[in-house]
Amino acid sequence: MKFIALIYSAPDAGPAPNTPEFGAFMAGYGAATETYKKDGVMLAGEGLQGTDTATTVRVRNGKVETMDGPFAETKEQLGGFYLFDCTDLDAAIRYAAMIPTAEHGSVEVRPVMNY
Amino acid sequence: MPENEQISADELGAALAALTRRSFGKLTAALYRVTGNFQLAEDCLQDAIESALTHWARTGLPKSPEGWLLQVGRRKAIDRIRRDKNFQRKSDDLSRLMMLDQEEMAMADAPPIPDERLALIFTCCHPAIDRHVAVALTLRSVCGLTTGEIARAFLVSEDAMAQRLVRARRKISLAGIGFEIPAPDHWPARLRAVLETVYLTFNEGYSTTSGENAIRAPLCEEAIRLGRLIGQLQPETAEIEGLLALMLLTHGRASARCSADGHFVPLDLQDRSAWDRTMMAEGEALLTTALERKQPGPFQYQAAIAACHDQAADFPSTDWQQIVLLYDGLHAMTGNPIHLLNRAVAFSQLEEPEAALALIDSLDDELGLYQPFHAARADVLRRAGRSNDATNAYRRAIELSGNDSDRDFLERRIAEMRGQIN
Repeated sequence: MKFIALIYSAPDAGPAPNTPEFGAFMAGYGAATETYKKDGVMLAGEGLQGTDTATTVRVRNGKVETMDGPFAETKEQLGGFYLFDCTDLDAAIRYAAMIPTAEHGSVEVRPVMNY
Repeated sequence: MPENEQISADELGAALAALTRRSFGKLTAALYRVTGNFQLAEDCLQDAIESALTHWARTGLPKSPEGWLLQVGRRKAIDRIRRDKNFQRKSDDLSRLMMLDQEEMAMADAPPIPDERLALIFTCCHPAIDRHVAVALTLRSVCGLTTGEIARAFLVSEDAMAQRLVRARRKISLAGIGFEIPAPDHWPARLRAVLETVYLTFNEGYSTTSGENAIRAPLCEEAIRLGRLIGQLQPETAEIEGLLALMLLTHGRASARCSADGHFVPLDLQDRSAWDRTMMAEGEALLTTALERKQPGPFQYQAAIAACHDQAADFPSTDWQQIVLLYDGLHAMTGNPIHLLNRAVAFSQLEEPEAALALIDSLDDELGLYQPFHAARADVLRRAGRSNDATNAYRRAIELSGNDSDRDFLERRIAEMRGQIN
């Protein structure tokens, strides 16, 4: 069963770059990714550039409209994701809990729709 | 009852209601195992129960009514999956259907239905389901309570509760929640929810929210049975033992808690010679074992309070000081205002009722919609000699009462109080 883990955090939360804490934080991501690969559950996983680099696209009356930045301001922003293939929600929760951002932000686990 | 014997509609209704109550969880679990879909399992069980009403009216009760319901429930599942126009695209549904068809053919003699209620409880109580919803879902699916009874237990409308249950079943079906007893590394997070569910099930039986009887013993026994089963699966766990001890120490009073004419009898008026001392002794032994593990928890505190009541020769000689201390410890652990209310009631037995009244009144904001709050307040007011205030509080408690037995009891308290005055 496929689950996506959507990683959210506030821009100012978590360890700041160029600190020892940030090094440990990133090492945590490395360790988590290794575990996912070793357990054979990792389908994909990426980190995203900040929302200040985002472009929002809408099509209205056939016309493409683009907007600088995210469509809606939210305190916690999507910063990355993993796509898992694992047995059930318990397993997905266990893998999601290994994501270092879960310690200051939040990870939303959703089953992928089966067409 | 022999086969092919016609029975009256009333007899059939009663037999089917009793069977549904008794077997609901087992049948839901069995149908969930084969359909893998909560809503589908429940819908098929309801279909089967409706079929039974018309079919059994003609043929009489079958040899194995439970097996009949399961078999018809399976057929209904096959029908429903076939009717679903999308089923051909869904290979897992298709393979389920084939499995059902094969089992169907093999079921000439209905085999015993495996008891998978514990797996069902763990599924209903998954941490990904809101706790209150999980409790409601377990009461509905495992214990067979009606949506209305659950709604009253949680002080919400029946419609709101029905919607909650639909959402919960949908989430279980789609979210990837397994139908298993969880693996050891998931156990602690999932156990707490299960224990609370079992205890609320017990309370639902012990102070039932609707109907004519003060106690629905089968629900209490179901909760005790589940408590024992969990204890066997996970031995040497203090809170599991604490919960089972609490239920036994409380249920040991059941026969004295209800008068011959069905009235609720409060603790201070119970005939203590009618208490089930064997059940209580088992509870006390369990509590002692649990406490020796030095893993304190809310259920052990509550069991210790129940044991204080059980050990008292009569109501006035109860060790109220010890009970107040235990409620302090319990409240420190849970933060639950109901425990403060109970502490205040115990305190009212130690001190002047007026002193306890101030404590009780300070809980009005949080517990104003809770029937026992007004019943307890009324009792303390009565003992303080404030009969007009007591009458008003009893009236408010009567308004909030879900069952006739509680209402009768409170009406009688008003009448007795008025009798003393005149």
